[in-house]
Amino acid sequence: MEKYLLPDIRDLHRIDVYEAHGGYKAFRKALQMKTEDVTEEVKKSGLKGRGGACFPTGLKWTFMPKQSDKPKYLCVNGDESEPGTFKDRQIFEFNPHLMIEGTLIAAYAMGGSISYIYVRGEYGKWIKMIEKALHDAYAKGYIGQNILGSGFSTEIIVHRGAGAYICGEESALMNSIEGDRGYPRVKPPFPAQNGLWGRATTINNVETISNVPLIIDRGWEWYSKIGAPKYPGPILVGVSGHVNKPGVYELPTGVPLLEIIHKYAGGVPGNKAIKAVFPGGSSTMVLRGDQLEGVCMDAESLKAAGSSVGTAGLIVMDEDTDLIKVIARIAKFYYHESCGQCTPCREGTGWLWKILNRFENGEGRWEDIDLLLDVANNVEGNTICALGDAAAWPVQSMVRRFRDEFERRAKIPRPKVLEAVAV
Amino acid sequence: MLSERNLKKLDEMKKYYQTSQSLVLPALWMVQEEHGHISEDAMKYVAKLLGVPFGHILGVVTFYTMLHRKPIGRHHVEVCTNVSCMLRGADKIVEHLEKRLGIKMGETSRDRKWTLSEVECMGSCGTAPMFAVGEEYYENLTPEKIDKLIADLERK
Ligand SMILES: Cc1cc2nc3c(=O)[nH]c(=O)nc-3n(C[C@H](O)[C@H](O)[C@H](O)COP(=O)(O)O)c2cc1C
Ligand code: SF4
Ligand code: FES
Repeated sequence: MEKYLLPDIRDLHRIDVYEAHGGYKAFRKALQMKTEDVTEEVKKSGLKGRGGACFPTGLKWTFMPKQSDKPKYLCVNGDESEPGTFKDRQIFEFNPHLMIEGTLIAAYAMGGSISYIYVRGEYGKWIKMIEKALHDAYAKGYIGQNILGSGFSTEIIVHRGAGAYICGEESALMNSIEGDRGYPRVKPPFPAQNGLWGRATTINNVETISNVPLIIDRGWEWYSKIGAPKYPGPILVGVSGHVNKPGVYELPTGVPLLEIIHKYAGGVPGNKAIKAVFPGGSSTMVLRGDQLEGVCMDAESLKAAGSSVGTAGLIVMDEDTDLIKVIARIAKFYYHESCGQCTPCREGTGWLWKILNRFENGEGRWEDIDLLLDVANNVEGNTICALGDAAAWPVQSMVRRFRDEFERRAKIPRPKVLEAVAV
Repeated sequence: MLSERNLKKLDEMKKYYQTSQSLVLPALWMVQEEHGHISEDAMKYVAKLLGVPFGHILGVVTFYTMLHRKPIGRHHVEVCTNVSCMLRGADKIVEHLEKRLGIKMGETSRDRKWTLSEVECMGSCGTAPMFAVGEEYYENLTPEKIDKLIADLERK
């Protein structure tokens, strides 16, 4: 299919090249539209957030107050730290103006006075690329005061994170911008009522925002016909792990996972069988290799299969993979990244890691298998932010779908009867 | 403690933020870029510069893993060992690095040339295994590639 987010155009990161290929046309068009109509267009397109939570983008925009005597803000979420996710980086590097144009359209639609592009601290090199692109867009008059003579004014600035997965959570992200530790806030109130500095704020993922110019340029009807009807549009699928050609592939939503793995990512090395996949980053429920038939990279299809689309970071594991080692490493990640505000998450993630570590070292006990589920169930849904769920889901699904692996690795306790005989 | 250029930049950034506290992270980044780490004196300096309590600055510095309170080696090698990298042999990369640099994970070499750290997913899962040195990413690593990289960096 034709590529829209990452088309094969040389030097597209340069503003002159971007303009020569129709860049900033959508923004010019939006400036001629009524702000509500821009939001309506996005709403009708069916675009859903690509940051992990899959929330309808246009609907989110309507939560912003129409009239306000205080400034309103937009945050573009480029924290990109979910293991298995490496797609936003491609936009920063190869098509930063698309993200900037989308940000401008969103700011116009919602009356945003300043937009913050929050980028993870490790991406220092890419931050410089974004800053260069912003500089050029300012110089051309696309950002700043009275943009293109329209009377609309808005600013964009990059805010650099400093190494904390939790700052990708929207309220932690706002606290980080406010110069605080990245602690998630209790919701409600939601950001659209009470966001940055207590003012109305909307947070969108980098890829989500980069879809907006396409919708405005070609119309919602065109957009809504791409890919899966209830989760339409182009999507950046990051394939990693045991495949011959790992990388980011731009596809329409709804492509079968097996087709992604075999046709696009070149299949599994040595033609080995697929043991398991995480379809959308390490926090999505793991799927067994033998249950992938007919499952597609689409929110509905993955939900039906017992997982979710997450960030579309597809992690493939072949038949020889030590899944206990994999899940123990993932548990360690969430334990390390828990901000520690809520007891179930702080303690639970530590417990999960410790128990899984026991299994990894051959010290796991039979009863630990159910203990894992018990701990995970007590974390899930009992925390301030969704990191708790993100830590629980992979463990729950791994135990449920690969219980045999745990049983095989458990150090089986000596049967009671024999103990009696020994006495 | 901060250069004129950075002080000017901070001043220009003020118009984007509602409170001076929001400049804490940008200011700490500038300190680290200029001095390599963020000492207690530097934290006091930033506290005074922005009118924010010292305790707040300390809280922020300790929260973010990329901010260092102690000097580290000239080349900071950060190896990702998270799932996608693990599946593509991060263990072997770690082993090779430890052997080549003569230090263990989390250590700094005696000559302060090298610091080796284990890090979480760096957004390079499609080009795993990988490590970063400073802002540079080195991807699709093999032991041979690492040997060459170390030799190149030794000379710097
Ligand atoms: C622990 C945690 C980490 C998250 N990290 C990110 C991230 O790195 N990037 C991102 O866009 N969204 C992340 N999210 C989701 C955001 O909270 C938010 O839903 C998203 O940015 C909204 O954008 P969207 O509607 O365009 O998807 C994270 C959520 C949680 C709970
Ligand atoms: S769920 Fe975990 S990461 Fe989220 S606020 Fe609670 S302790 Fe922090
Ligand atoms: S898992 Fe290593 S870079 Fe993502």
